[in-house]
Amino acid sequence: MLSSLRTGVQGVLRAASRNIQTSAALQHDSLFVHRDTPEDNPDIPFEFTEQNKKRVDAILGIYPEGHKRGAMIPLLDLAQRQNGGWLPISAMHKVADLLKLPRMRVYEVATFYTMFIRRPIGKYHLQVCTTTPCWLRGSDAVLKTLVEGTGCKVGGTSPCGKFSISEVECLGACVNAPMVQVNDDYYEDLSIEDTKEIIEKLKKDEKPKAGPRSGRFASEPLGGLTSLSDPPTGPGFGIQDALK
Amino acid sequence: MLRQPLSRALTLSSPVRAAPLAARPYAAQAPPPPEKVEVFIDDKPVHVLPGTTILQAAALVGVEIPRFCYHERLAVAGNCRMCLVEIERSPKPAAACAMPVMKGMRVKTNSDLTKKAREGVMEFLLVNHPLDCPICDQGGECDLQDQSMAFGSDRSRFTDIHFSGKRAVEDKDVGPLIKTIMTRCIHCTRCIRFASEVAGVDDFGTTGRGSDMQVGTYVEKMFLSELSGNIIDLCPVGALTSKPYSFAARPWETRRIDSVDVLDPLGSNIVIATRTNEVLRILPRTNEEINEEWLSDKSRFACDGLKRQRLVTPMMTDSRGNLTPVEWEDAMVAAARALRDCPPGKLLAVAGDLADAESLVALKDLVNRLGSDSTCTEQYFPLDGAGIDLRSSYLCNTKIANVEDADFVLLIGTNTRFEAPLLNARIRKAFIHKDTDVALIGPKVDLTYEYIHVGDSASAVKDLATGSSSHEVMKRLEAAKRPVVILGADQLKTPEGAAILAYTQELALRLQDKLEDKKWKVLNVLQRTASQVAALDIGYQPGVGAALQAGPQVVYLLGADSGVVSRDQLPKGATVIYQGHHGDAGAAIADIVLPGAAYTEKRATYVNAEGRAQQTLVAVTPPGKAREDWKIIRALSEVVGQRLPYDTLDEVRDRLSEISPALVTYGDVQDNNYFAQARSLAQSLQKPVSGKVDVQLKKLEDFFMTDPISRASPTMAKCVQAVIKQKSSKY
Repeated sequence: MLSSLRTGVQGVLRAASRNIQTSAALQHDSLFVHRDTPEDNPDIPFEFTEQNKKRVDAILGIYPEGHKRGAMIPLLDLAQRQNGGWLPISAMHKVADLLKLPRMRVYEVATFYTMFIRRPIGKYHLQVCTTTPCWLRGSDAVLKTLVEGTGCKVGGTSPCGKFSISEVECLGACVNAPMVQVNDDYYEDLSIEDTKEIIEKLKKDEKPKAGPRSGRFASEPLGGLTSLSDPPTGPGFGIQDALK
Repeated sequence: MLRQPLSRALTLSSPVRAAPLAARPYAAQAPPPPEKVEVFIDDKPVHVLPGTTILQAAALVGVEIPRFCYHERLAVAGNCRMCLVEIERSPKPAAACAMPVMKGMRVKTNSDLTKKAREGVMEFLLVNHPLDCPICDQGGECDLQDQSMAFGSDRSRFTDIHFSGKRAVEDKDVGPLIKTIMTRCIHCTRCIRFASEVAGVDDFGTTGRGSDMQVGTYVEKMFLSELSGNIIDLCPVGALTSKPYSFAARPWETRRIDSVDVLDPLGSNIVIATRTNEVLRILPRTNEEINEEWLSDKSRFACDGLKRQRLVTPMMTDSRGNLTPVEWEDAMVAAARALRDCPPGKLLAVAGDLADAESLVALKDLVNRLGSDSTCTEQYFPLDGAGIDLRSSYLCNTKIANVEDADFVLLIGTNTRFEAPLLNARIRKAFIHKDTDVALIGPKVDLTYEYIHVGDSASAVKDLATGSSSHEVMKRLEAAKRPVVILGADQLKTPEGAAILAYTQELALRLQDKLEDKKWKVLNVLQRTASQVAALDIGYQPGVGAALQAGPQVVYLLGADSGVVSRDQLPKGATVIYQGHHGDAGAAIADIVLPGAAYTEKRATYVNAEGRAQQTLVAVTPPGKAREDWKIIRALSEVVGQRLPYDTLDEVRDRLSEISPALVTYGDVQDNNYFAQARSLAQSLQKPVSGKVDVQLKKLEDFFMTDPISRASPTMAKCVQAVIKQKSSKY
């Protein structure tokens, strides 16, 4: 008893004396093996719609003979869009058949890219950026509002099945932080009110106005231009007189 | 993963293996070799061709660079980084397995930078590798163990175990042969490359990314290939180990005996690992001319059949007709009496699939001395024309290793994938790496590569032979510089067999005559069993049909288990003597059973399908009262009163060399000739044919149990079950 206590204390001391920064190893939140579920199994047929079949032909047409497997990612994306934002196993099989590739080669690609979502997901996929700039500008509050407003946990789907929330790393809109991506649209410069309005509109299946909410057009400074505010000067500007 | 010529990329490994594209260049003659460049490995100069990698160049001067992912028979992956070496005037270490040499390059494989790089790679590999060597089956033959001893750090900086623990990956179920412990996987991707390149079953891959990456099948799917066991050897760590051998022994406890496999006609070279007189496992032994370093699953895993269904004591039928154990003396006397009382022409000897040359010659000599000349094999071969008089008519004349140099392969009525898996691996190798095309006459089967299907009617052979075919294969054959024609021996059993053989000879010889390369042989007859070639060489008659018609009184079965001799074909009161090692079809009909030795228990000669004599060595002693086969026959001859004139193995082999020196030139294969004579003798046999060409082994489940040993093997039975289960799976 005492000895085990001592080893425990030593263990802590040793760990402390090494002075190593540690954090929990982050594991991905999705599985990298397939499990048959009632929603996702190879018995559920998948077929591209007529409209999408034309798109498939167009996509395949871009790639020369012998390099058709380059069309894999566009085709998987098309299948994911058609299937309401997630990629079932039968769609991967369909793409493998289209490209005449072993299925495993498609599984490899579909599991590598995090934007292929391999389990059922809500109609609106809310991706909240919580990386440093957004976090400094209040992404935590935005995330909290979203979680409360939709009743959906981070990484999960809401009870109504309409929303899924993911916490993501930087989406490249730091100038307009904080921001949320809903399906293909960016909603930027968000306040809590803006966030609530977005949720309400999405609940009614209306499309909220995408882009910055602060009145900016894009990523220009909020209070008007701070530089380049004068009209551009003409040729010869600033050159000493002797050279004019 | 698979690096292919671009032209192949389109049709490569499509699930539906369609006919290949017509417009692909042939495997061209190699261009003249470019000038060699000089490089220095640890200051040792070596001249190599441009394009050689540093690792290969180093191997030439005897410097071995550690590696995990690199394997000389697989594509270069370059992902383990263990082979990092320092190159002079290069800012970073480079991966030797993927870095081509450049002129004047100075490589340091032992510098401080190299050592530090290796140590670092080792450290990262071990961070995610469990420390479970004591319970790991790879222990003692593990590349990771060996290399961490040789190149790793002498102390650990690993403290994560106090915080987050090690990475863990769930195990996969890939069938009854391979046990997976995926946490041990170091992602070398050798198994993936093997499955995709050699086995042709693209079921393995990497899923996920970063620290979540795992090697597996993504869906629940077994890795069912006839070559699957090889990924156990390829795996440098204990992630893939042998299921039947799991927790059986450590490598240093086993005795290893070099031997030869007899479960398919190729005679793959094997190592038999034994302990306490028990065969524990069978591993391949490198032989570039036969099996490279692969082995088929049947040859590797059927060895547990050697412990079951064995005949361990002589037996005789009692008054109620049941076989009961007796002493050798009683069995010998009874057998001798039966042989002596047999009228001269009424004695028949039948040799089975696994009979060795020594017992074959002893049995033939004994039967001849008793005044009979009916010695037969179970497999039929047409005797019309040249028949079995010319060796070239029943052998693979191209030779196994040369098949990969072929530029067009025509398969007639043979599913090489299951009849000779490693020959098929060679054809696939040629198909992948040399753009060789393959055509098949016979039922549509999955050969793991695409082929041109010429249909399954025997008349297709005739049309090709007479040159009247309008099929594109005709043109391809005519244009080929090194064509190969492989005829399955099963076709010769049919009434049209003689004609099919005659046409095949005609076709092959017509092609061969036109070749620039006068040494290239086109004709191949692929036998189905390990004993057939030796038996034909010794002078056995193929097929038992005619001999059974004669109504034999005594039938001596030398391991004849394929069921071609049955009780209802024999006259009433005929005596059946069975000598063999397994209680199978032959022993079931026998009156007297003489227990013999299996191929792991005797020093014996086997001649493979290309006519190469090889010998097995004694790995374990025969069980119970079983004895070596030729000794049983020799002893029996004494009791019969017709003493055979050899007392030792060397004397038997002298007798073999009297019959044919080729039978005792071990490891060697001789070029065959007299093709023209065989062709002209066969010309009268070219009669119209109308039948269908069929093969016996069509699917994977047919492959596993084909002979007494594999039929007695529980592992093989599990394989059959697994394949059938996989068939019903959705993946």
